[in-house]
Amino acid sequence: MTIAAPTDLPLWPPTNLDRDPLVPLDAGERRRFAGPVTRVRLPTDATAWLVTRHADVKQMLRHPGFSADLSRPGFPLLRRIPPGAFGDRRGGFLRMDGAEHARLRRMLTAEFMIRNVRRIEPLIRQTVDRALDDLHAAGPPADLVTHVALPVPSMVICHLLGVPYADHDFFQERSRTLIDRDAPPERVQRHVRELRDYLHRLVEAKVAAGEPADDLLSRLARDRVDTGQLAVDELVGMAVLLLIAGHETTANMIGLSTLLLLRHPARYAALRDDAANADGLVDELLRYLSIVRAGLPRLTTEDVEIGGRLIRAGEGAIAVLSLANRDRTAFDRPDDFDPYRAAQQHVAFGFGVHQCIGQPLARAELRIALVELARRFPRLRPAATAGRLPTRDSSVVYGLDALPVTW
Amino acid sequence: MSGAVRVWVDRDRCCGAGNCVVTAPEVFDQDDADGLVLLRRADPPADAVDRVRLAVELCPAGAISVAPRPVPERSSTP
Ligand code: HEM
Ligand code: SF4
Repeated sequence: MTIAAPTDLPLWPPTNLDRDPLVPLDAGERRRFAGPVTRVRLPTDATAWLVTRHADVKQMLRHPGFSADLSRPGFPLLRRIPPGAFGDRRGGFLRMDGAEHARLRRMLTAEFMIRNVRRIEPLIRQTVDRALDDLHAAGPPADLVTHVALPVPSMVICHLLGVPYADHDFFQERSRTLIDRDAPPERVQRHVRELRDYLHRLVEAKVAAGEPADDLLSRLARDRVDTGQLAVDELVGMAVLLLIAGHETTANMIGLSTLLLLRHPARYAALRDDAANADGLVDELLRYLSIVRAGLPRLTTEDVEIGGRLIRAGEGAIAVLSLANRDRTAFDRPDDFDPYRAAQQHVAFGFGVHQCIGQPLARAELRIALVELARRFPRLRPAATAGRLPTRDSSVVYGLDALPVTW
Repeated sequence: MSGAVRVWVDRDRCCGAGNCVVTAPEVFDQDDADGLVLLRRADPPADAVDRVRLAVELCPAGAISVAPRPVPERSSTP
């Protein structure tokens, strides 16, 4: 069944430490991969089809013939997972299809809808203010990633879920392992287990508590677990997913967005003076930076034609969000960063039934963090450092490990 | 041509991402209980028609459809 990957196929994702952090793929890489549908070799020696055009990516991610379940044989894995080593996957609806996925996702949709996110904006603002105080006290110069980009989304998601922020070192290290393509499989397995054990204890305590606290996990414990609609282990899996997805992504967006804005001082100043356009700017940042750079992997369960190419049942495909977001048929002059363009059509949050459930929250966090940063630190600039900025090149969610700034 | 349209939503398909609510708040809403789409009105005002069409494009789940609104039955067409 499995056909060995011909070694002459290009390797996806490309590793290139010299690439500018703001450039998802350089010109040579784009020529190699922008097929529009190209066959590639993955680090696991599997092969997959890269789907790169905006319209094709949308078609693929909305098509019921593509499965997100990575335990299916033949799934285009970016990292080797030994057979039978997937561990306890209950509750992890990111990797489920159809009714199984919808059942769990729907228990959360109301929690993250815009109206409810608006309600917690004061909390986000407070968190941002405190992080900026912290940055101020630490420098100049100081590291924006350590003082702002990482703690803001992390504190917010902890507060929403009802997870003690004091434990952030523990879960930050573990969630980073889970999204690192280069992490050894034993370490990944151990870290998943430890995260689940940690959240299991927390969820058990919430289920046992007589008077439920006002946080998401307590609400689900009361409304879903107590009523027999949801198993504790499922709630634990959902909590793991939310905790990881809720802080790594937004943290990386804050760091990279700041770098980009500091390279465009007029844009940075406009953020302060024209805060009304901040929503448009945030969408353009999401499009331009496309941090889920490895793309979204799927396995076909039936023959599907995408971009004029027949993808057979059982073959892998990867939706390359970063290229779709730079597709000139969807965006004029796609390589220009233009906060005044209509960028909402971007696919940085994915598309189809798995489209990011946390996007209203992520948008609010980004907008508030960037506007307040520009207000409080009008003279912010990158601190002179020797060499290039440390990046997370092997992570499925791209970002900066540090961004030294001064003011 | 951007004439009058009628809008449908399919709550079974909706995944609650809320793009429609941001794009055309006078037409779409989300249910407080389950976060799924609610239609505020099936006959969007003229100045919302383009945004309703954009919402169709942006809906990740393909849960929104529009069709030209037929002339009401009783009125005679000239
Ligand atoms: C700028 C920040 C963010 C980006 C770029 C982002 C990106 C994405 C993408 C591309 C997907 C789709 C994955 C796929 O289809 O395989 C996704 C799904 C998801 N995201 Fe986000 N995300 C961000 C922030 C957040 C936040 C703050 C949360 C917090 C709740 C969150 C929670 C989730 C969850 C739970 C899913 C799985 C949805 C499902 O499978 O139905 N994300 N995200
Ligand atoms: S955009 Fe589509 S999926 Fe999202 S809430 Fe509206 S109808 Fe539902």
